Amino acid sequence: MDPRIQAFEEQFLRNDLPRFGAGDTVVVYYKIREGNKERIQPFEGIVLQRRGRGASETVTVRKVSHGVGVERIFPIHSPLIEKIEVKRYGRVRRARIFYIRNIKGKIKIREHPNKYGEAGGK
Amino acid sequence: MTGLIGKKIGMTSFVNEEGKNVPCTLLELGPCVVTQVKTAESDGYEAVQIAYEPIKESRTTKPLLGHFKKAGVKPHRILHEIRGLEKEVKPGDALTITDIFEEGEFVDVVGRSKGKGFQGVVKRHGFAGVGGRTHGQHNRERAPGSLGASSFPSRVFKGKRMAGRMGNERVKVFNLQVVKIIPEENIMVVKGAVPGPRNGYVLVLK
Repeated sequence: MDPRIQAFEEQFLRNDLPRFGAGDTVVVYYKIREGNKERIQPFEGIVLQRRGRGASETVTVRKVSHGVGVERIFPIHSPLIEKIEVKRYGRVRRARIFYIRNIKGKIKIREHPNKYGEAGGK
Repeated sequence: MTGLIGKKIGMTSFVNEEGKNVPCTLLELGPCVVTQVKTAESDGYEAVQIAYEPIKESRTTKPLLGHFKKAGVKPHRILHEIRGLEKEVKPGDALTITDIFEEGEFVDVVGRSKGKGFQGVVKRHGFAGVGGRTHGQHNRERAPGSLGASSFPSRVFKGKRMAGRMGNERVKVFNLQVVKIIPEENIMVVKGAVPGPRNGYVLVLK
């Protein structure tokens, strides 16, 4: 990639978010505008994948709501994301864990408290 | 129309305050050197000729070399004439993005589209093809179909859209919004796509 494109993207990147990846359970606080009012909607679920690079990187979060699987894709560097909280670090052995869609019953992901080293990631 | 010559750097995208993804293209524009100022008295109309990208003297033809010498500037690769420039200029002056453009306004961008080679009628003209493999037909899925009526006129009309060379032609896209201008690096960011490959020459007009 041209370094000038990278430099242009950098101004949109958010570095206030914690480190997380596939298998982690996160809460995404997403701003929603209804008419003139703005409110924050938390979305809690398991991260299936992170996709893309730079300013256009996205994350897929899956949860099961009233027995129905719901997946949302968030642009990570969107200003509409108020914050992202990591509830649980999960240990998985691949970067994209689509296989959990096909698991019947309870999804078990082993906890991995020290996934990103002592600092716990930023 | 006034404008500047430059090069396409490449595309990227970002998410704006409303949460909408904005595709955009980075362009390196200028600085362009004025090589000739045409006036109503001497040429019959008002215009300014600008040049982009300096090159070696040995890469220029002798007639052009004389033209550049007269203006007192180094030889450049690309020349173009612009009209309606508000700034007063003389040969040898350099024009940069901020002389002409502002953030938020709409510009037209001219480029040379990527060459696609010899392409069929489906890609080149958006024909629908025949539409299936069934009903006994084979090997003509992307065929153009009929070229016209039969005994009258007993010929194919001129301009009938057929397969052939596609791309590598001058294309102008209208009304792209200027998202940002970075004057220190001569960079302009426009919303949307611009014709041509990376490092292809573009002309930005307003």
